[in-house]
Amino acid sequence: MAHAHTHTVKRYSGLMDWLTTVDHKKIGILYMIAGGFFFLVGGLEAILIRVQLWKPLNDFVSADTYNELLTMHGTTMIFLAAMPLIFALMNAVVPLQIGARDVAFPFVNSLGFWTFLFGGVLLNVSWFAGGAPDAGWTAYAPLAGTTYNGDHGIDYYVLGLQIAGIGTLIGGINFLVTIINMRAPGMTFMRMPMFTWTAFITSALILFAFPALAVGLAALMFDRLFDANFFDPSGGGNSVLWEHIFWIFGHPEVYILILPSFGVISEVISTFSRKRLFGYSSMVFATILIGFLGFMVWAHHMFTVGLGPVANALFSIATMLIAIPTGIKIFNWLFTLWGGSIKFTAANLFAVGFVPTFVMGGVTGVMLAAAPADFQYHDSYFVVAHFHYVIVGGLILGIFSGLHYWWPKMFGRVLNETLGKLTFWTFFIGFHLTFFIQHFLGLLGMPRRIWTYLDGLGFNEMNMISTVGAFLMGFGTIFFLLNVVVTSFKPKNAPADPWEDGRTLEWTIPSPPPEYNFAQTPLVRGYDAYWKEKEDGHSGMTPAEPIGPIHMPSPSILPFFMGLGLFIAGLGFMYAPDWGKLFGTLNAGYAVGIAGLLILFVCMFLRSVIDDHGFHIEEEEILRDLGGKA
Amino acid sequence: MSAHSHVEGQLPHEPEKATLEGRNKVLGFWLFLGGETVLFGTLFSAFLALRHQVLDGPHADELFKLPIVALATALLLTSSLTSVFAIHAMHVNKVKALISWLIVTVILGAGFLGLEIYEFYHYVHEGHGFTTSAFSSSFYTLVGFHGAHVAFGITWITLLILQLARKGLTVVTAPKVYVAGMYWHFIDVVWVFIFTVVYLMGKVV
Repeated sequence: MAHAHTHTVKRYSGLMDWLTTVDHKKIGILYMIAGGFFFLVGGLEAILIRVQLWKPLNDFVSADTYNELLTMHGTTMIFLAAMPLIFALMNAVVPLQIGARDVAFPFVNSLGFWTFLFGGVLLNVSWFAGGAPDAGWTAYAPLAGTTYNGDHGIDYYVLGLQIAGIGTLIGGINFLVTIINMRAPGMTFMRMPMFTWTAFITSALILFAFPALAVGLAALMFDRLFDANFFDPSGGGNSVLWEHIFWIFGHPEVYILILPSFGVISEVISTFSRKRLFGYSSMVFATILIGFLGFMVWAHHMFTVGLGPVANALFSIATMLIAIPTGIKIFNWLFTLWGGSIKFTAANLFAVGFVPTFVMGGVTGVMLAAAPADFQYHDSYFVVAHFHYVIVGGLILGIFSGLHYWWPKMFGRVLNETLGKLTFWTFFIGFHLTFFIQHFLGLLGMPRRIWTYLDGLGFNEMNMISTVGAFLMGFGTIFFLLNVVVTSFKPKNAPADPWEDGRTLEWTIPSPPPEYNFAQTPLVRGYDAYWKEKEDGHSGMTPAEPIGPIHMPSPSILPFFMGLGLFIAGLGFMYAPDWGKLFGTLNAGYAVGIAGLLILFVCMFLRSVIDDHGFHIEEEEILRDLGGKA
Repeated sequence: MSAHSHVEGQLPHEPEKATLEGRNKVLGFWLFLGGETVLFGTLFSAFLALRHQVLDGPHADELFKLPIVALATALLLTSSLTSVFAIHAMHVNKVKALISWLIVTVILGAGFLGLEIYEFYHYVHEGHGFTTSAFSSSFYTLVGFHGAHVAFGITWITLLILQLARKGLTVVTAPKVYVAGMYWHFIDVVWVFIFTVVYLMGKVV
C-alpha cells in the first residue's frame, strides 16, 4: 500500500475546482445552483403565463409566445428544476446518511451533472435561436412533427432532453450502486434513513423509466431530422405510439419526483417531533409499492384516446390502488406528529404544510383516475390544478423543507428562521390562491393550454385571483433568495447538529463535512443511528476503524468536456439542413456534429486509458481537522 | 480499498471483484444493462407496433434472406462463447490466452457487423430505405441500435486488448474486461430476440 502515497494529484482551487470536482457535496451544490436557476426561469415563465391570463382577451403575449412559454415552463420545471434539485439533496445527504466517504462513481457523478447542465442550456438556447419548443411538455405527435412544427423548436426539445436525460440516468445508476455497496458497517437496509430509501427507489425508477424516454426522443428525432415514419400516419406511423412511449416514461417520472420529497418529509417530521418515524417498515414497503405501481398506470393519461373500456378499467383500478400506499404514508406522518414535542421551524412548517396539500392533490388524483369522470375533467384546468397540487404542493414544498433542514449541513450556516417562515407563509398561501381556484375553473369548463378566454364565461374573477396567487409565490421565492444572501454574510459557525435533535449520521460530522466526510467510518447499531447513541448517553458514533490515511478520487475536467461535446454535437446535427456545405461536399452541420462527438469519444478514450490512482489524505491532516473542530 | 493494494505478480482469485471499485463497476454495469433492457424493449415495442405498415415498400417475407442472417447469428453466438473462454482465461490468470480469445471475439464481431452492413446495403437497393415506411424506419432503428452496440463493443474490447498488452492483468484492468464481457453477452441476447422477432416472425406472419 505504501507506494500509493507517492502519487501526487493536483488539487485545484477557485473556478477550476468547481469545474473538475468529483466530491458529491460540491456536485450537490452545483446541482442546487443550476436547478435553482432553472427554477427561477421556469417560475418567470409561469408568471408571464398568469399575467397573460389575468383578464379576458388579454394580448400581453401572442398565442405563439404563449405556447412557447407553456411548453418551456413545463419542460423546464420537470427536467431542469425539479430533477436537479432532487439530485442536489441526494448528493448532499445520501452518502452522509449511510456513512460513506463518497459515492460509488465520483467521476460518473460529475459527468451526470455536466450532461444535465449542457442539455438544459441547449434546450434554453432555443429562446435566442428563432423560437422555443411549443408543442407542450409532452410534445405529442403529429403536432411535434415537421408538418406542424417546421422550425427548430422541437429539435431543441428532443436533443436537449436527450442529453439531459443521459445525465439523469447515469446519476440514478450511481446512487443505486452507492446505496447497495457503500453502506457503513451495521447500516442494514432496514436501518437506512427514509430519505435514503426514497432516493434508492427513485434511482431504480430512473433506471427503468429514462431509457424509454431516450428511445421516444430518438424516434422523434429520426422523424424530424431524417424523415423516419414512427409517428407520422402518412408514412404508416402511429401517433398514439408516442403517447404510450412518453407516458410509460412520464408516469414513473412523477413518482421519481415525489418519492424523495416523501423522504424529506419523513426526516423533517421525525426530527422536529422528537419521535421515531411511525411505522418505518410500512413506510419502506409503501415506497417500494408506489415505485412498482408507478409503472402500471401510464395509460390513465390516455383515457380519452379510445383504448377501450377494458384497458381504461384496468388502468383506472391500478391508479386507484396507488392511493393505498400513499395513504399509509400520510397516516404514518400524522402518527409521527401525534404526541410529539413539535418544533415549528421553517423546515417543519413546509413539511407540515405538505401533508394536507398533498392529500388534496391525491384526492383529485383518485377523481381523475375514474375513467368516465375523466372524460369531463380531461384537458381542463381541473387537471392543471391536480398536478400542481402534487408537484408544487408536494415536491416543491418538500424541496424547500429539505433545503431549510440541510442548509447548515451543506454550507455551515443556518438559514434565518424568520425569513424562512415568511417564505413559507407567502409561498404556501400564494400556492393555494393560485391553484385551488383552478379546480373550479376546470369544472366550469375552462380548457387548459389556451392562450386566452372570452369575457362573460364566469372565468374572470377566478383567473384574477389565480394571478395574484402566482405573484405571491414569486414573492415567497424572492424571500428565500434574500434569506440565502443574508445568511451567506453570517459567520460559518453552524454546529455539527444544529437542530440538536438530529437522528441520522449526517448530524454526527461537522457542518459542512470535510472532504472525506467521516474521519472514521461509523459503526451503526440501529435505526436512527445517531439518536440511538444519544439515548445510550454517548456523545458520538462508535468508530468502526482506526484513524488512517483516506483514499480519494482525483478531480477531472473530462466530464465537463464530455457534456460540452454532446452540446456541440446536438447543435451541429440540428442545423445540418440549414448550414450548407463545407469544402464542397461535407455538410457543415454534420461536420460540427461529428466534431462534438469526437470530443466525447476522445474524453472516453482518455478516461479508459489513463488509470486514476487518486490520492491519499494523510493521518496528520485528519487529526488536524478533528482537533480544529472538536 | 485502494485500487492497487495487491502484491505484484499475485493476482487474487476473481480479480474483477477484488477491490471495492471493481465490485461497484460490476454491480453498476448489471444495473446499466437493466436500463439497456428497457431501451431495447421500447425499440421492440415500436417495431412490433409498426411492422405491418410497409406502404409501397417490400414486405418482410420477400426482403429477408435467412441464410445470411443465420450466418451472422452463428458468428455472434460463437463470439459470445469465445468471450466466455476469455473470462475463463482471466480467472486462471493466463493473460496471453485472454488476449487471444478477445481478439477472436473482436474478429467474429467484426464479421457480424460486415454481414449486417452488406445486408442493409442490399435492402436499400431492394427499395427498403430508412424513410420508405414505418416498418423500414423501425426496422433500421431497432437493428441499427443493436449494430451500433456491436460497433461500440468492438472498439471498446480492442482498446481493452491494447491496455492488457501494455498494463497486463491487474485489479484495475480485470473489472474492465469482465464488464466488457457482460456487455458482449447482453448484445448477444438482444440479437437472439431480434433474430426471432424481426426475422423469423417476418418470414412467418
